Amino acid sequence: MKKSSEELKALKKKGRIMKSKRERLTTFVMQAPLTIWTVLFVLAPFCLLAFMSFMTKGPLGIIQYTPTLANYKEIFNPVYADVIEQSLVIAGWTTALTILLGYPLANFIAKVKSKTASLLTILLMLPLWVSGLVVLYSFVIILNNSGLINTFLQNIGVLSEPLQLLYNNFAIIVGMIYMFLPFAVLPMYSSIEKLDRGLIEASKDLGAGPIKTFFNVTLPLTSPGIFAAIILTFIPCIGYYMVTDMLGGGTSLMIGNLIYRQFTISRDWPFGAALSMVLALIIFLMVVIYTKLGGDLDDLGA
Amino acid sequence: MKRKRVLSIIQKIYVVLLFVFFYAPVAVMIVFSFNTSKANVVWQGFTTRWYGELMSDSELWEIFGMTILIAILTTIFATLIGTMGAIGFKKEKRKWAKLITNSVYFPIIIPEIVLAVSLFMIFNTTGVALGVLAIVIGNTTICLPYVYITVKSRLVGMDPSIEEASLDLGADRIYTLFHITIPQILPGILSGAFMAFSLALDELIITSFLADAGTTTLPMKVYSSMKKGISPEINALTTIIFSVSAAGVIIYLVADVIKSHKKLFRRHHS
Repeated sequence: MKKSSEELKALKKKGRIMKSKRERLTTFVMQAPLTIWTVLFVLAPFCLLAFMSFMTKGPLGIIQYTPTLANYKEIFNPVYADVIEQSLVIAGWTTALTILLGYPLANFIAKVKSKTASLLTILLMLPLWVSGLVVLYSFVIILNNSGLINTFLQNIGVLSEPLQLLYNNFAIIVGMIYMFLPFAVLPMYSSIEKLDRGLIEASKDLGAGPIKTFFNVTLPLTSPGIFAAIILTFIPCIGYYMVTDMLGGGTSLMIGNLIYRQFTISRDWPFGAALSMVLALIIFLMVVIYTKLGGDLDDLGA
Repeated sequence: MKRKRVLSIIQKIYVVLLFVFFYAPVAVMIVFSFNTSKANVVWQGFTTRWYGELMSDSELWEIFGMTILIAILTTIFATLIGTMGAIGFKKEKRKWAKLITNSVYFPIIIPEIVLAVSLFMIFNTTGVALGVLAIVIGNTTICLPYVYITVKSRLVGMDPSIEEASLDLGADRIYTLFHITIPQILPGILSGAFMAFSLALDELIITSFLADAGTTTLPMKVYSSMKKGISPEINALTTIIFSVSAAGVIIYLVADVIKSHKKLFRRHHS
């Protein structure tokens, strides 16, 4: 009797081990694809990028494997420093305007019925699902010197000469806001929606006016959403060279354009890699601040 | 109270204006697909010629087919790997796992162009041929985090006791996975897949870095023809794609309305 109970225990133990072995195998099978993919196509390429940024460009763009810091020094060359400054200025304006324009919309969507809210978010995303580029090209038709706005303003007699609306920073910023505002509205909307209405009521009951309530209660509580929106606008803005090309007409360069050129026209991979590293570092710093402030990385993907 | 109503009217006007800003370029795109001028910058006259030419333009259809093929392959890979990963890493607490799960976010955190040049360089130095396969790999890499995030958030919201009950009742891991876990997180998987598909459809930066001379996708074609002005034919094609997706949305909404009416009806009669 005693023996059999011991046997039973042993059997049970064996069973548990077998079960946990199978469990481990299942977990391993589930984890393997993502792990392999991330190592091969995210971590390895990024390590190569870092490595490349310290190499030397040889004649005809062939890379010479002698380490150097020259690529990083080259960034401080006034020509390139100007480009970086310009990128930051354009991205900064775009981000600020996107947040200012998007917040009231997010606020509106958060207040309406949930059916209407989902309809509005779908309507917001629809133009970009199709083809951001083709829709963006419409701005060339709208903004050019004989375009819709200029023709209209001249016909009603407001203007005698066409206004230069295209191929300048104004056009670039308008295009960028168009591309990134929908993505910025979503995290702000979700953080406003999560807001406890009772707190606003309490603030009002305690005598604060709507403006004071907004700045002291609503704004601080929805700041994670705002910060997520800032990141979602700022990051793609700096690297997205198509808008600058299409609506800026080559008048201004962004870091994205500069990197693109290193791999196409100039064939200077190490310098392109160094620029990419700097860009990645700027962004990385922003994201670290974001997570330190209590932001959730998951909010950047939804 | 009066002030509140004025405020709400101002808010509504503002929202309407913003949507005008969003749909004006779409309207222009649609209208200019009927433009007689090939340069397509100024309106000349009405024609449906471009829709006819589009139908017989085998090159453009080939490009369209290639774009769809890449988007579908990307969606399959990203959905499969992202979903498996989200489930597999759900309870993982080992140190190395943290490195992987954090790196998954990398592609959406760094600007696309940085990922594009990194992949371009690694394919070049390791001798992987550029082309469809490389494009699918690149697109999958950028779409993976979206699938991973949506599935993960669904998993977090799931009641763990259901899974435990299934295991306690003798079902093994795999049975539980297919009969309990996956049906529960299906909406997350689907919305992740949808996101991946629409991203891959419009992806330009990574695609143009990883394409070989023989591979062109629709966004690449649009971008390369931009300097000469996008032809009305492309406007026509985009108008068709837009109408199809808009129709999809409308059907979905109508079905939703009918469903909720039915529910109300049933509640009324029971």
